[in-house]
Amino acid sequence: MSDRPLRSTIRSLAFGLAVALVALAAGSATAAGETLAIRGRIIHTMAGDPIPDGVVVVTDGRIVAVGPAATVAVPADARVLEAAVVTPGLIDAHCVVGLSGYLNQDQDQDQLDASEPVQPELRAFDAYNSRERLVEWVRGFGVTTLHTGHAPGTLVSGQTMVVKTAATAGVLKPTAMVAVTLGDAGRAQGEKKAPGTRAKSVAMLRTELAKGVEYRRKQADPDPEKRPAPDLRLEALARIVAGEWPLLVTADRATDIEAALRVAEEFGIRIVLDSAAESHLLVDRIRAAGVPVILHPTMKRAGSGETENASFETAATLRKAGIPVALQSGYESYVPKTRVVLFEAGVASANGLTIPEALATITIDAARILGVADRIGSLEPGKDADLALFDGDPFEYTTHCTGVVIDGAVVADQPR
Amino acid sequence: MLAALAPWAAAASAEPTVAFVGGMVMPVASAPIPVGTVVVTGGRIVAVGPAATTAVPEGAERIDVTGKVLIPGLVDTHSHIGGGSGGDSSGPVQPDVRILDSINPRDSGFRKARAGGLTTLNIMPGSGLLVSGQTVYVKLRRVDTMDALLQRDAAGNALVGLKMANGTNSQRDPPFPGTRGKSAAIVRQKFTAAREYQRKLADADVTKRPARDLELESLVECLEGRRIVHHHTHRADDILTVLRLREEFGFRVVLHHVSEAWKVPGDLARAGVPCSVIVIDSPGGKIEAMDMSLATGAVLEAAGVPCAFHTDDPVTDSRLFLRSAALAVRAGMSREKALEALTIAGARMLDLDARVGSLEPGKDADLVILSGDPFSVRTKVLQTWVEGRKVFDRDDPEDRLFAVGGYGAGRDQEAEMCCAGPTK
Repeated sequence: MSDRPLRSTIRSLAFGLAVALVALAAGSATAAGETLAIRGRIIHTMAGDPIPDGVVVVTDGRIVAVGPAATVAVPADARVLEAAVVTPGLIDAHCVVGLSGYLNQDQDQDQLDASEPVQPELRAFDAYNSRERLVEWVRGFGVTTLHTGHAPGTLVSGQTMVVKTAATAGVLKPTAMVAVTLGDAGRAQGEKKAPGTRAKSVAMLRTELAKGVEYRRKQADPDPEKRPAPDLRLEALARIVAGEWPLLVTADRATDIEAALRVAEEFGIRIVLDSAAESHLLVDRIRAAGVPVILHPTMKRAGSGETENASFETAATLRKAGIPVALQSGYESYVPKTRVVLFEAGVASANGLTIPEALATITIDAARILGVADRIGSLEPGKDADLALFDGDPFEYTTHCTGVVIDGAVVADQPR
Repeated sequence: MLAALAPWAAAASAEPTVAFVGGMVMPVASAPIPVGTVVVTGGRIVAVGPAATTAVPEGAERIDVTGKVLIPGLVDTHSHIGGGSGGDSSGPVQPDVRILDSINPRDSGFRKARAGGLTTLNIMPGSGLLVSGQTVYVKLRRVDTMDALLQRDAAGNALVGLKMANGTNSQRDPPFPGTRGKSAAIVRQKFTAAREYQRKLADADVTKRPARDLELESLVECLEGRRIVHHHTHRADDILTVLRLREEFGFRVVLHHVSEAWKVPGDLARAGVPCSVIVIDSPGGKIEAMDMSLATGAVLEAAGVPCAFHTDDPVTDSRLFLRSAALAVRAGMSREKALEALTIAGARMLDLDARVGSLEPGKDADLVILSGDPFSVRTKVLQTWVEGRKVFDRDDPEDRLFAVGGYGAGRDQEAEMCCAGPTK
């Protein structure tokens, strides 16, 4: 009885934020002609030096002006938001949010079908749930774009996609990459199932890519009668060998990273290294190959096994070597069901990266690796108005994300 | 006298005097001292105070920590490092099983924990059984035998707790319970048997006393308050079930994880039962954790419920333990209570607050030298000291490997032992 007022205080403490977010989830895009101005004591545009006391002007969901408040005119009717620090909306360069639901029950786990080892035809957007609670959760911490889709766990588990975290904002890339897993995590489960070894995994991957080459060759036959019947799987492989879709190769051990690079060179395909716990051992090799790395979460549990040699400093090591690097929240099979990429970049910023460098791993560099830098990743006129607002250094544990804007709509405005 | 002569106590008495000077001291037991001095002799703290008024004894080794921050060694009330195991799948109640018989003291987890500033741990078996066995309290001394890690009482006995669990983790096919009601019934049945055993043990006629039963003996220690129950529990109703069992049997209990504690703070406050909270980055991962809130620490603080944090390592990384409290501060907990929740609050939950958890004269010289604000992402643990001995130094390349990670950091044995044989 006596604790009823306390309970209600507590409920509002614990849930007030969530309720506010739900209320805002639909958002309200800046209507035609309506203008939003976001003013920050520091604006990290990620396109040049940070701007002290700056302002970003937004109309119709796009950025129309960025610069010092003293020189950028803010229309009189603009709705003004203020923050200590303003950054581009954050990009989680690889996750399974929206496919791997927070309850972790069979019915909300759509990130992996293990019935076959090779299924490049599985599309992420056929499984993505834009209203999954973890989408809202990461959005509250400034994440406006996800590279999400099929998880590591089978040799070729399916496609990935790039999508914004507002349910109404739509898909940036319906197919971004095709997920491949080498090493222990890519082994088929069960006796006498292939692939059962590392070497077998690589042999099977090469065989599939060779099929893609062959399908593509036959498809180009001048005689339509001689072209092969349409096949979704071979179609996907053909797009991979044509360089249209990169492979996102999850490989943690140096052995597996080298194998991935070897296969990429053999078939002349584009790959992006994913997780790559031992990439710090192969810096020269990776740089020479010109392959970007979407690195494991900085705080990834090292434990034993594939990631036992992970380091908090790998993001800094790769970046200093000139290797394009983005950070990810990764895949979590238990609690927590997702990490928050803002926190991962924060720990990277405490382990060798400067604040702008660490921000780049979850904004502009992520956008470039994902091929969406024409739309997002920096605050520049003409780009989508996706922003994150903070009441201090974005990476400090005790700072709050105080606002999130997607396509000019305020989708979160309570401190998180 | 016996303790002083025991091998585990012999080393400490030979320790020289060490004085940490020039740094900010956060004793936890009292207000922060902007420029303080901590003096350590024989493994114990002998003085803590402002530099101006605290004398450094002649001949003491002076360690200059100017610009740095001194806090007590961190207390982790719930860890799984060391590769230990508890009860097996043969049954749901195994209070006789001791995790201390299974831990590998060379596990790299110990080195990483020292790199995180941890000095006192409660290492527990898992939550897959209603009673999965006896936990063990350890000090992270830089030693390589389990016996040397043990935290002991004055008589030399290893200090241990009892791990219990309810909710879904411990439910499965028989002989395990299939429901929450059955889970509680099995536990009540066993504690009822322990009461009967306890009664018979007190029989004046020695011949009528029962034969020694290790399972019931362990539970009797709980009934008599000599052993603390550490109870895994998430959902609000499961939390209330533990309070009900506690009421019935009178054991002392610490509630662990408590994802939904924020829903029942009044009940917890009335019961005066402490909570050891896990802080994770998102809700879910299992249904019981669906309503996890980062504000749990703030809610418990507002309600006056004792609150500590734990790593549940490997669920969260021991090297990032300070972060758990910092995220709680982000969600509204006071800095003062958050630092207590990493130190003295946890010490109380292990009955070790007379020895660890704060920087006070007479307590064990367990302390951490930080590069700055305990709750900043950029702060590093520079050194960790246990009982007056340095057990981690970030400037030592070998220690740094375990702090930061890199090739060799994951081996489940000490780096210098790398060539002794194949790793598992």
